[in-house]
Amino acid sequence: MSKPMTLGEKILAHAAGLKSVSPGDIIMAKLDLCLGNDITAPLAIQAFYEAKGEKVFDRKRVVLVPDHFTPNKDIKSAEQARILRDFAREQRLLYYWDQGECGVEHALLPEQGVVVPGDLMIGADSHTCTYGALGAFATGVGSTDLAAAMLTGKAWFKVPATIKLVFKGRLPADVTGKDLILTAIGRLGVEGANYKALEITGPVIDKLSMEGRLTMCNMAIEAGAKTGIVPPDKITRAYAEKRAQRKPRYYFSDPTAEYERVEEFDVAGMEPVVAKPHLPSNVVPVSKARDVVLDQAIIGSCTNGRMEDLREAARLLKGKKVSPRVRTIIIPATPLIWRQAMKEGLFDIFMAAGCIISPPTCGPCLGGHMGILAKGEKAVATTNRNFVGRMGHVESEVYLASAGVAAASAIKGRLALPKEVRGANWKQGVKK
Amino acid sequence: MIITGTIYKFGNDVNTDEIIPARYLNTSDPKELAAHLMEDADPQFPSKVKPGDIIVADKNFGCGSSREHAPLAIKAAGIACVVAESYARIFYRNAFNIGLTIIECPAATLEAQTGHVLRIDTATGQITNVTLNCEYSAKPIPPFMQELIASGGLMEYVQKGMMK
Repeated sequence: MSKPMTLGEKILAHAAGLKSVSPGDIIMAKLDLCLGNDITAPLAIQAFYEAKGEKVFDRKRVVLVPDHFTPNKDIKSAEQARILRDFAREQRLLYYWDQGECGVEHALLPEQGVVVPGDLMIGADSHTCTYGALGAFATGVGSTDLAAAMLTGKAWFKVPATIKLVFKGRLPADVTGKDLILTAIGRLGVEGANYKALEITGPVIDKLSMEGRLTMCNMAIEAGAKTGIVPPDKITRAYAEKRAQRKPRYYFSDPTAEYERVEEFDVAGMEPVVAKPHLPSNVVPVSKARDVVLDQAIIGSCTNGRMEDLREAARLLKGKKVSPRVRTIIIPATPLIWRQAMKEGLFDIFMAAGCIISPPTCGPCLGGHMGILAKGEKAVATTNRNFVGRMGHVESEVYLASAGVAAASAIKGRLALPKEVRGANWKQGVKK
Repeated sequence: MIITGTIYKFGNDVNTDEIIPARYLNTSDPKELAAHLMEDADPQFPSKVKPGDIIVADKNFGCGSSREHAPLAIKAAGIACVVAESYARIFYRNAFNIGLTIIECPAATLEAQTGHVLRIDTATGQITNVTLNCEYSAKPIPPFMQELIASGGLMEYVQKGMMK
């Protein structure tokens, strides 16, 4: 019998053509996909040409998404985006989106079935780890790794040790995937999982929606992890079967697979949380931070810009007004999400509440555009990082939270819990 | 290679948004990036840093985004070497891929302060704090990474047909 392995190790072993791999092994592996965006791909394309590259290894496996500074925010960004457009046309890339088809990469790729369960992929974007939600092994790299991958279809990996996270107990109302992963990052610390993989499991995860899982895996990097990965199950299959553009491969961890350690989380009694400035690990219950007065709220990003997030925000904002001092910006992460939100009437609710609706973009999450903070301003955001100056001025502040907390906070003008703004007729579990 | 230079000391979790803020990422020009290196941590840094200087930091240097602009900006500013207690994974990988010398040495970072002079023998991993007259041994660079360096970076490694 072959050596027991985690599902991440199995994906790596398969891609490297090996029977088994162990933590610490350095392997050369074949990639199912490689990804770049309008910040990272220009450098990769330059390196590709400098290495006398003519054709990418497979035009169906090199993916470019201009999502960070688009719609082009200034002349320099326009030039960067053009480098991607020209390259995509020259190389006849199958997966390149422009104009009204483009969305935030880590929302777009799963939604369009471009990345599928069992894939091994790299992306020149740190949040590439998002796709672990599908039972894929996906990790962020830099532009040079992307250039080498575009040329060869391969990348080198050091096989990571795995930390298993187990979420148990009855999930309280208003506690979301975002709260679970922030709580985990709070415990692990921002480098607690450096060079490691996180396997995200337990009865709570078994019931968590694909959207919640995508949110959780998205932020694995904020604990330093190489990837976050959820074992595939019925939810994975139902999600993948509707959209997969290639045949999914389902890998499972062996019962005797080795983990560096196991971290258990009892979710019963948990409350919605925020990560205070200036680290994603600086996590406290929202109830302990209700004195933070806000200037802006952002609901969007690769972390929380999907339908579930917009619906939750709309449920809370319906019939209410956001505080006149809080600029509330809603950023549906992809065109499909945008249209769905429009069809469901969510935009009427948002606009009546005084929100701004943005086209899909990474925009303010990285301090790019579409909602930059002035000196001393504070924002609650459903995004993933709250480093110094992340959303604008070096003396501005970002508080990371779920869509429900962001919407409630926008109404109250300060950090607030969803239950503080809910009408008396609200019933738990009622949709829309 | 022997590197001798003056230290600029930083703390824990220096993230890529601090190394090069995203507002400057609408360019990939290393010189332009270098002009804003670390400016959110120390606004005067880009004007006072000199070629040959050394950045020393505590744990988890380079955490956050995958932007290769961070090691590029450091390299373009003429920083000879980064010495840290530990590095975030993507930064570590990127630095080797583009040929920026980085060294892991917890002991050397503990006592280092801005203005101290550090001498580094990259071949042996021997580090001397000349100001304090103290010696430290850095963690050896893994053999595969040494191969990358010997090739001149990842793209050269690829072009030599070594990516098998």
